[in-house]
Amino acid sequence: MNIVVAMKQVPDLQQVRIKNREPVIEGVPFTLGIIDKNALEAGVQLKEAAGSNLIVVSAGNEEVEETIKEALAAGADEAYLVLDDKLDGMESSLTASLLAATIQKIDDVGLVLFGEGSGDNYSGQVGSRVAEILGLPQVGYVSKIELDGTVARITRSLEDCEELLEVQLPVVVTVMGGINEPRIPSVSQILKAGRKPKEILDLDDLDIEIAEDKKISTLSNLAPETDRKRVAVKSVTELITVLQAEGFVGR
Amino acid sequence: MAGILIYSEKSKLALELLTAARLIAKGTGLNIKILCINSDKQAEEMVAQGAETYHIKEQNLNLADTAAVASALQQAAGKLDASIVILSSNRRGKELSGRLAQKLDAGCLSDVTSLQVKDGKVQCARNALGGATIATQQIETDMQVIALAPRSFEPAGLQDSGSLKEMAIEIESSLIKVLESRSKAGDAADIEAADILVVVGQGMEQGDMVLAESIARALGGEIACSKPVATDKKWLPEDRIVGLSGKKCKPQLAIILGISGQVQFNVGIRDANTIIAINNDENAYILQMADYAMVADLKEVLPELNKALGY
Repeated sequence: MNIVVAMKQVPDLQQVRIKNREPVIEGVPFTLGIIDKNALEAGVQLKEAAGSNLIVVSAGNEEVEETIKEALAAGADEAYLVLDDKLDGMESSLTASLLAATIQKIDDVGLVLFGEGSGDNYSGQVGSRVAEILGLPQVGYVSKIELDGTVARITRSLEDCEELLEVQLPVVVTVMGGINEPRIPSVSQILKAGRKPKEILDLDDLDIEIAEDKKISTLSNLAPETDRKRVAVKSVTELITVLQAEGFVGR
Repeated sequence: MAGILIYSEKSKLALELLTAARLIAKGTGLNIKILCINSDKQAEEMVAQGAETYHIKEQNLNLADTAAVASALQQAAGKLDASIVILSSNRRGKELSGRLAQKLDAGCLSDVTSLQVKDGKVQCARNALGGATIATQQIETDMQVIALAPRSFEPAGLQDSGSLKEMAIEIESSLIKVLESRSKAGDAADIEAADILVVVGQGMEQGDMVLAESIARALGGEIACSKPVATDKKWLPEDRIVGLSGKKCKPQLAIILGISGQVQFNVGIRDANTIIAINNDENAYILQMADYAMVADLKEVLPELNKALGY
């Protein structure tokens, strides 16, 4: 059985600077979405337990080929990548079409893993859209996965309760950030990652039409204005005075 | 006439959606319909709020099966001629929104925190780039799916003229079986509702948690934390996480201890009325977004502050 994990290349958000309220993305290195790494780790653990094959899929600009090495180092066996610089900044619905078409090229898929949301946009749509395109059941916000033959026992963690579900495979699962602690690949794993098989697809290999019209238009994208006093407090005594002045103590 | 269809499995969230829908209805002239699934109680509540309510009663429709619920909503949107579907961006709603949008060939915006109607278009605001920015976006497709972040809108108030109809839909057999559903133990603290939060991060030592909790109690507030404190260190349960993947809080006062202030955290607290930040690193970004910033060692400050507050 193949386990597929879908990962998104995102700008390293810790290096995104704000200038005149505008985000400066240029020159910021790419990385993989932080929760995607939890999805990968979940895949690696299941693969190790079940002896299956773990395939990472991703779509994006040409840089993805380099970025994805991290996933191959951390335990994915091979990668299927859709690469085209025009995919930079594509919207969720297109990402989902590309990923679904890519997954359809892989035989015997039992499980498709996503993070609950991407590192940058966090809209959480792509996993659900892919499940719909593939006509598969889905479970989101997953905190535990056990494979057992043709079914998976999956725990979905909602705000106020946990559901233990039994789902027929294949299934699309999006995992929560807290599901595991992603491993850090060793130096030898990093060195070997470059030699793992990669299937590079371009848009012509997939039967996908890229619509001219976007489904979503962005009117503005600005850092929120902050209007804070930024008063330096030197001592606990001053702090107490502040709390009193603001009415939080001695009310 | 085309309409707005709203659905959440939680009545309280459905009422928030109703408030937003009324805003859109005012700007577009669309009428509002509420869908309830397998809940007489919720259906009655919605009728009481003056909503045109449709109730799907199908015991085989399993809320845990997102595909099935999306199919139900697709059918309802078709029957009711809805062009905008509004869901809540709680976990179930957010999972549902993508699936429904794909079924409807719709554009979808989730975690929407505010909206306005301009020239008949619904402009939605949501966090982008991990919370570093707020994007204003609109959906350009004929069908629209909008999922609203919980607590971004006040629950709707009472109105007259509610009505109730049952709706029948087709259901396929489910591939998902619920073996067990258990309530989360949690400690029932609701950090989103707290007026005062003491928020702790990795810059604090575990031994000082007692002091932080004591300070929170002395101020009549709750303790909350950055994500790693709950997920990695496990000092606090996950329902106390503030941030992009935790809760977005708007307390009157937030005292932020030992947190550097990455955007993924800040997005959860930047709407606080007053922010006090204490950090030993004078370059910590959190100090720039504070009303009162104190550069100090928590090991010294916390005992002193705790004592000054009367413990």
